[in-house]
Amino acid sequence: MNAAMLATTPGGGLLVAAITVPVIGILLLWLVRPRDVETVALAALLANLGVALAVLEKVAAGAAPLVYLIGGWQPPLGLALRADGIAAVFMAMAAIVLVPVAVYARGQFGAPGERRPMVFWTMLLAITAALNLIFLGEDLFNLYVALELLTFAAVPLVSLDGSRETLKAALRYLVFALAGSVLYLLGVAIIYGAYGTLDLGGLAALRGPDGALLVAVGLMTAGLAAKTALFPLHLWLPPAHAGAPPAASAVLSALVVKGSFFIALRLWFDLLPPERAVAGSTLLGVFGAAAVVVGSAMALRQARLKLLVAYSTVAQLGYLFLVFPLGLGSGAAPFESTAWTAGALQLMAHAFAKAAMFMAAGLVYEAIGHDRIAEFRGLGRIAPLTVLTMTLASISLMGLPPSGGFSAKWLMLTAAFGEGAWWWVLVIAAGGLLAAGYVFRILVPAFTPPEEPAARKKPVVVTREAAALALALAAILIGFLPLAPWPLLAVGRIAAGAP
Amino acid sequence: MSLAPFDAATLFGLMGAILVGLGLYGVVLLESFLRRLLAFNLLGGGVFILFGVVARRGAGAGFSGDPVPQALVITGIVVAFCATALAITLIERLGEEDGDDASGGGS
Repeated sequence: MNAAMLATTPGGGLLVAAITVPVIGILLLWLVRPRDVETVALAALLANLGVALAVLEKVAAGAAPLVYLIGGWQPPLGLALRADGIAAVFMAMAAIVLVPVAVYARGQFGAPGERRPMVFWTMLLAITAALNLIFLGEDLFNLYVALELLTFAAVPLVSLDGSRETLKAALRYLVFALAGSVLYLLGVAIIYGAYGTLDLGGLAALRGPDGALLVAVGLMTAGLAAKTALFPLHLWLPPAHAGAPPAASAVLSALVVKGSFFIALRLWFDLLPPERAVAGSTLLGVFGAAAVVVGSAMALRQARLKLLVAYSTVAQLGYLFLVFPLGLGSGAAPFESTAWTAGALQLMAHAFAKAAMFMAAGLVYEAIGHDRIAEFRGLGRIAPLTVLTMTLASISLMGLPPSGGFSAKWLMLTAAFGEGAWWWVLVIAAGGLLAAGYVFRILVPAFTPPEEPAARKKPVVVTREAAALALALAAILIGFLPLAPWPLLAVGRIAAGAP
Repeated sequence: MSLAPFDAATLFGLMGAILVGLGLYGVVLLESFLRRLLAFNLLGGGVFILFGVVARRGAGAGFSGDPVPQALVITGIVVAFCATALAITLIERLGEEDGDDASGGGS
């Protein structure tokens, strides 16, 4: 692809709307009466969903990426926004997750006019804008700013309840995230020094077996891995995600960690020359495999539901990093490979299932007043819809058919068998078994009849249970997509046309 | 390389590298949050100096420097300032919760 040929395509304005709609929403939050804040935030997220679906529809219909040149300036002088297939799919996925989360979060943070609801809704919309910018950005420095926006919006959510533990968790998260973004920025400096441009399309045309590029991508990947909580840089995640309010945990675990992963994906598949990427990708795969095993084993040992779910995030993120060796090692065009589709499906299935799981964990806490797994007997009687939600989400996390998690793991297994890479097969299978172990630790007591009838601590709010259930159903439903490489995900990939 | 071992760009490049090394050491190994935050600022300072070096090396067409990295550095400094402000606020809150010096409360 020649960077000089980039031009704004029809419908490119939608990309600007994707970033500005949530930001306008934030401004409105501070203008309206306190009791209207939730309505405005929900409206902004619905508008964002509309924009994301319109972008997806246009990319799918045209089988070509949408491009918008900001101010009409060509890269490398100007900045481009570009929605290719995978960006459009992920943007729509994020927008879909955010709406039920917002429905679930209504009225959870105290009376209107207090500080906490204002902080939550502002940060939720800020996360929306930052994620959209990460999916659409084409300039490495622009992506750095987006990453920082995402961090600054996510950290306050961790310490929303202001207790000592959550403040420490937030600070630890911030230290990891800041170190990660500085390493990323160092890589940006090296790339600019070597190539004189930061536009991904322009860089893809210039790339070669160059030491500077390898060092830069290595540094950036280390930074992004810290932000994505790839083992062994995962230590910040469990306390941060377990300590946040449930609605915030859902967004942090389902979406925020995926932002940095998405940039790592672009660096490895768009920037690195394939022959160089293969060796390093094995290393990423090994860390991913270790994350699957260690994260699942830690999840098995947790006594509290929210920590268990948080450690399960560490494990499920590990699967994502298996995409690097499987996608790059096949020798075929990576974007048409089974592994590429498997990675996208795993990312989406985990986002839906994990958001549902955290929201259900919050509902469990409200129903029985604690989240100690050992005392879950009779939960199925007290909160049947919530237990159903957890069951459906667990099916996807374990990778049982039919579910998004099953499709993702099945495609990964297919890719691994196709390459004769039996060691990844072992990891995927072991991860599934361990996941079954930790979800049955929750579900078995929950379905056991209680010794004495127990009562709910708080009355149920059906819309909130329904919001969590809708996300769990979404995780199951994407399992019905065809079990084959998905052409939409290859639309407009930079390397597809390059030598 | 001439007898004068360093030109300005190389000297600043080395200084930037030293700052990055010191900062990384501090962020990874220091105990208290305040010290780690200061180390993060050293690390950031090193990266910003490298941007300056890149600007000098990339100068062409009769200019004494490439303006783009300098524009990037300004944005980077603003971002690092915001990060520091956010971290300081959290450290201060943690100190209030602890009722004593927050810098001892690292992990």
